[in-house]
Amino acid sequence: MHEMSLAESVLQIIQDSAAAENFQRVRSVTLEIGKLSSVEPDAMRFCFDAVTRGSIAEDATLEIIETPGAGVCLGCGEKVEMQEKYGLCPHCGSAQLKVVSGDLMRVKDLAVE
Amino acid sequence: MCTTCGCGGHDALIGGKRPSKAKASGPLSFRAPQNATPQHHHAPADTVQSRIVQVERDLLAKNDSLATHNRVFFAANNMLALNLVSSPGSGKTTLLVRTLEMLKNKQSIAVIEGDQQTENDAERIRATGIPAIQINTGKGCHLDASMIGHALDQLTLDKGSLLFIENVGNLVCPAAFDLGEAAKVVVLSVTEGEDKPLKYPDMFSAARLMLLNKCDLLPYLTFDVELAIANARRVNPNIEIIQLSATSGVGMEEWLNWIGREQVHLKI
Repeated sequence: MHEMSLAESVLQIIQDSAAAENFQRVRSVTLEIGKLSSVEPDAMRFCFDAVTRGSIAEDATLEIIETPGAGVCLGCGEKVEMQEKYGLCPHCGSAQLKVVSGDLMRVKDLAVE
Repeated sequence: MCTTCGCGGHDALIGGKRPSKAKASGPLSFRAPQNATPQHHHAPADTVQSRIVQVERDLLAKNDSLATHNRVFFAANNMLALNLVSSPGSGKTTLLVRTLEMLKNKQSIAVIEGDQQTENDAERIRATGIPAIQINTGKGCHLDASMIGHALDQLTLDKGSLLFIENVGNLVCPAAFDLGEAAKVVVLSVTEGEDKPLKYPDMFSAARLMLLNKCDLLPYLTFDVELAIANARRVNPNIEIIQLSATSGVGMEEWLNWIGREQVHLKI
């Protein structure tokens, strides 16, 4: 959801970085998108392309690393792998799973010149 | 770019005004790509050295930092800000109008209204004598922290005021956008399904209080109150729940008492 405004955030982050690190051109952008975040990678690619046209990141390669979801069960305390945000603990069946990782969306790094 | 908060500008109208230059955009159509391989762009060969810049910044960082800015403003002025969310038609505005009528002689209040179009809700609020700013999001589906920041600039707020933000009627998107509020209050009406919390878990997880509205209609419906409460607690075991009716007045005292307790907590 909101891949367009998130792609605009990516561009904003790139532009902030360009001002701080003094580069003119972005060759590739690496995003870490959590499995449990609300981003659809294909929609993100489309929006990234659209948003970066005419910018220093035009034609940059977009690499998306999908980070796995993990949580802890508040019922039995076991660590659980999570494919989706809401589910049941495979050990005790509790619905109280607290997400520990995999719901972030971030710009990891840029290859620039 | 907006010089106050650095936002890139958006198409929202805040109190009838555009806060900064809107970005030009052409028509876009989205079709999912035919294959799943990453797109490769063949950049022209050149001899300039590439280097890696570590960024590690969250995509929602901008909204989060503006929300923090709002939150700091509220704290500095001892203001309780509540973000009212729900699907369209749950009775948020009627509930807010009833709340204002009961509270307006007791304290200073202001309202920020969010809708795609029209000033209708802000006008209903102003008819009670309470100041209201209408944000029209245009194509947008949720309020964000930068819109709230701009709206606050147009309101004269006393220290210790109560601020209600009535979000765009939408049970999906507003859940992800922190406005700087003290709490999200989700309004669910008994004319909706008992499984709403299960279908829209992000919103019910994000809310601290659920107001179950239109309870005066229960005799005419097959709505199972206990099931709705159980479903809400399944996605959010700590959610507080108040049953009320903005039209008959039942439960309204309990809601006002909840607000009062929240305001006391602010002072601690």
